[in-house]
Amino acid sequence: MMLICIVLIPLLAGVIAWAIGRQNPGAARWVCLLACAIDLVILLTLWNNQAAMAAFAAGGPWLMQVNVPWVPALGISFHLALDGLSLLMLILSAFLGIVSVGCSWTEIKERVGFFHFNLMWVLAGIMGVFLAMDLFLFYCFWELMLVPMYFLIVIWGHENRIYAAVKFFIFTQFSGLLMLLAILALYFLHGHATGTYTFDYDLLLGTKLGSGAAKWIMLGFFAAFAVKLPAFPVHNWLPDAHTEAPTAGSVILAGLLLKTGAYGLMRFVVPLFPQAAIDFTPVAMTLAVIGIIYGAVLSFAQTDLKRLVAYSSVSHMGFVLLGVFAWNRIALQGAVMQMICHGLGTGALFMMVGAIQERIHTRNIEKMGGFWEVAPRMGAIAMFFAMASLGLPGIGNFIAEFLVLLGSYQANATMTSIASLGLVLGSIYSLWIVQRVFHGARENQAKLPDFARREIALFASLIIALVGLGFFPQPIFKTADPALSKLQQLAVAGQGAVQVSEAKHSGGNS
Amino acid sequence: MYELLWLVPALPCAGFLILALFGDRLPRRAAPFIGAGSVGFSALVSFLIAYRFFTAPPEGEHFSQVLWTWMNVEGFTCQFSLYLDALSLVMCLVVTGVGFLIHVYSAEYMIDDESYAKFFAYMNLFVAAMLMLVLGENMVLLYLGWEGVGLCSFLLIGFWYKNPANGRAAMKAFLTTRIGDTFMAIGLFLLFVQLGTLDIQEMMQRASQQWAVGSGVAVAAALLILGGAVGKSGQLPLQVWLPDAMAGPTPVSALIHAATMVTAGVYLIARTHVIFELAPSAQFLVAVVGAATLLLAGFAALAQRDIKRVLAYSTISQIGYMFLAMGVGAYAAGIFHLVTHAFFKALLFMASGAVIVALHHEQDMFKMGGLRKKLPVVFWTFLIGSMSLASLPIISSGFYSKDLILWSAFASEKGSKALWFAGFAGAFVTGIYTFRMVIMTFFGEEKTHVHVKPGWVMCLPLVILAICSTFGGLMEIPSSIYHFPLFTHFMESALPAAPIPHEGLEHAELMLQVIAVIAVLCGLSIAVVAFGVKPQIARAVVATPFGAKMRDLLFAGWGFDWLYDKILIQPFLRTARFNKDDFVDLIWNGIAALSRGVHSLLSETETGHVRWYAATLSVGALLALAIVVLL
Repeated sequence: MMLICIVLIPLLAGVIAWAIGRQNPGAARWVCLLACAIDLVILLTLWNNQAAMAAFAAGGPWLMQVNVPWVPALGISFHLALDGLSLLMLILSAFLGIVSVGCSWTEIKERVGFFHFNLMWVLAGIMGVFLAMDLFLFYCFWELMLVPMYFLIVIWGHENRIYAAVKFFIFTQFSGLLMLLAILALYFLHGHATGTYTFDYDLLLGTKLGSGAAKWIMLGFFAAFAVKLPAFPVHNWLPDAHTEAPTAGSVILAGLLLKTGAYGLMRFVVPLFPQAAIDFTPVAMTLAVIGIIYGAVLSFAQTDLKRLVAYSSVSHMGFVLLGVFAWNRIALQGAVMQMICHGLGTGALFMMVGAIQERIHTRNIEKMGGFWEVAPRMGAIAMFFAMASLGLPGIGNFIAEFLVLLGSYQANATMTSIASLGLVLGSIYSLWIVQRVFHGARENQAKLPDFARREIALFASLIIALVGLGFFPQPIFKTADPALSKLQQLAVAGQGAVQVSEAKHSGGNS
Repeated sequence: MYELLWLVPALPCAGFLILALFGDRLPRRAAPFIGAGSVGFSALVSFLIAYRFFTAPPEGEHFSQVLWTWMNVEGFTCQFSLYLDALSLVMCLVVTGVGFLIHVYSAEYMIDDESYAKFFAYMNLFVAAMLMLVLGENMVLLYLGWEGVGLCSFLLIGFWYKNPANGRAAMKAFLTTRIGDTFMAIGLFLLFVQLGTLDIQEMMQRASQQWAVGSGVAVAAALLILGGAVGKSGQLPLQVWLPDAMAGPTPVSALIHAATMVTAGVYLIARTHVIFELAPSAQFLVAVVGAATLLLAGFAALAQRDIKRVLAYSTISQIGYMFLAMGVGAYAAGIFHLVTHAFFKALLFMASGAVIVALHHEQDMFKMGGLRKKLPVVFWTFLIGSMSLASLPIISSGFYSKDLILWSAFASEKGSKALWFAGFAGAFVTGIYTFRMVIMTFFGEEKTHVHVKPGWVMCLPLVILAICSTFGGLMEIPSSIYHFPLFTHFMESALPAAPIPHEGLEHAELMLQVIAVIAVLCGLSIAVVAFGVKPQIARAVVATPFGAKMRDLLFAGWGFDWLYDKILIQPFLRTARFNKDDFVDLIWNGIAALSRGVHSLLSETETGHVRWYAATLSVGALLALAIVVLL
């Protein structure tokens, strides 16, 4: 029941915000803030429940679940379930929900109610994606994320918003369609083989598929998740969508929407199709490495600050893809960590850009420079997040990238060594932000008020979270560990005789 | 006592936090007290621990303190833990001791700067990171400190951020060292995959058990670590960032780019010496890199105009000596030079800083001169530092340490005459550029008026370091003079003694010392004649076409910047600019354009003419019929 509440609260808050937004925009903001806060409190209470966590770690199926038949005739059920991985993602969602409401406080002035309705519904869709364990339900939530996001971009976006929104829509919709086909194929093949037609994740695990069928179905899922992630070469929707979206939209996009792709890879692609995933590993890792480097080089070349940050996401999410397909515990823990830290760090960078744009009405870095002089707090905060983005030790992002690379090196030394080049290229664009925007002589004479209390509070919470993760990442590992362990076991079981990790080890361990 | 070890890095870290969070609300004069005070207390704790270490060494001559579990995932565990042995103790003393003096000096040097508190915040963060680097028990923690000092170096080089050139220098420093760091990171991955741990002591033990001498994996690991070391320590081929790093305030150059951070590479090699012992070819490369760097940088120092750039090249050159020592297995000698170098180079930088302030931020030596009378304290301390740098015999600490390196390079089983000769030639060049600098700055006629004289807050650290630079070398006296190997003996619990055969070389040692001393004195005399007594000689040399070319080449640091610009930076910038709009987008936009094209093509058929519809209808029907009939 608790799980339904978690999804329901933002849905309801969205409706209320829409209803009261016209008369009282401030109240709409507070309702949404409160809804996210309640969600966060519920989730943190769950996290703090030692007994349940211990029981799950000992081998319980789920930390918590609801499973009620929905359309029994077609084997569709309303199945929500929670494990450590989903829990972490949900906490991130609720937290970034608060942040995104907070950062829209002054930016959004038109149709405030409807804006928050969309924001809350995207959030609910994302939370649903992290919870759904019925593939049909999963697909519903997957689509639920898409539509409000489209509205967020198309109504409150910037100059080129229609192009961006349509591009975003087509990319995700088309790849989602491929996933739907894959889901249906899996449904029918499973039903045909066993006689029970079901969309339930638990039951579909371990479906015996011919290698050809497994490959094509796996690719269907992979396409959807790779677009969301985004992986090279289907990343092109992202720079446009990010750039044109309002700040809260970018925060949600970078912080959460991309994570659903990574989550899908971990939850569905490898456990459902272990052998096909292994066969696909060289391709996926290559795409990951290209993404890391290509994204970083493009990021540096941008003159639009928001585009620069957007391309950096392509680079950072490449690490997640690399870690997932290395598929050993170290790399997976790193990938989970990267999902969290990228969500916080890049979200903050988008807020930074949003704040600058709100003040000087441009995102062109050629019209910036020397901001430190007038806005030292902004400069120091930007410096911190630039450092987070280049993976400075002491910040969570380092733990993430380090573990991903350490784990992937066991799987494929050559790929990992090339991916490490991302550490250098990542420094280039990260430092470039600080150098170009905050250092140097003052070029833009527009008035630039420094961060006020609300903004400081938002950024400070993100900084504390990232530094905390940098020095004390253990709670995250501990929470994710049983879930990852289970996923790895599923993959091994589904794959039969061949041990996943060993097969990986023989790859590049010389 | 040892349990207080965590305070050593924690105190400067606390100083950083206070200054960073409340710096703009605290009264201005509180900043130096917090900044220097935190490092001072840290130094105090270090010295107390050192005293304890001498009188009652811990079991096994090392002590480790686990603070908390940093990372523990299946297959990989990493503690947040500190490790103290003779090597890290010496490093701690240098970092906190010299660091404290530099902080005190900064209190006056930076007093007029608008970001006074920020400066001390960065400096404290640096000290904390450097202490984590030397105290980290595992490679990940070392890497934390390693990157942390890199960040502080970046922040402090670009401290005067309003000038874009400073920012460029800061970026150059960070990125160049980051290239080395990336090699090192790959090295860590390799070591972990091979040895299953990143705990340094455990790693060394397993490596010596599992790897054969000269095995490929040992060589690969050693080379990757060396990549990190040359980046941080400004050695060939990654030395280009260090001269530009002089854009930072002078105390920064003294602390980071002379005394501590740049020697981190030397520390790293000493810390992982077991791997280098297992990879003789890589270790030989260390020696070669050191020898080549000390010569190239020494010559480059000859042609500089900016006093800080002379010192920067001389730092590169002196670290080359340390690398040379590491390469021939004389680890203790290298660390000994690291210590004396920290004394005299910090002294030289701070004294030059006093000159620069006195001349109202003039750094060009050609505009200095005759400051001997005006700035007596600065002159005498600078002279003492210079004597140490040029390693004048007996009365300077640099003599003892450099002599030990030269001797090891000659006599060690891993050394050779060629390596010795490189070091010897370097000593000669050092003599020339050092005294060229002294003469141009302090002798001759006065060219710029002295604005302000340094107060006692700046002078006191100079005097203390001058005393250290004079007597610090007495920790280790060669057997040819008086057998007193205190330092190397102390280091033996952490670092193996240099592989020098004990017999048959007694006479050689004294002879080599005499030759080296003669070389240094020759260098000194050449400097005195060519730049002091008869300056027309130097002018005549650079007036010849070859001389002028040589000077330009040396002035540009052998043209490495030009080369890297051509082969790395420009291609990267061109690639980035060329693909700014992301060619992959063309594919997707191409698909969109294609469907739009097809759409408009088909729209064309919607003409509204019945004739046209009827015609296409019948043609279509015929086609369909034909298909049915024919197939």
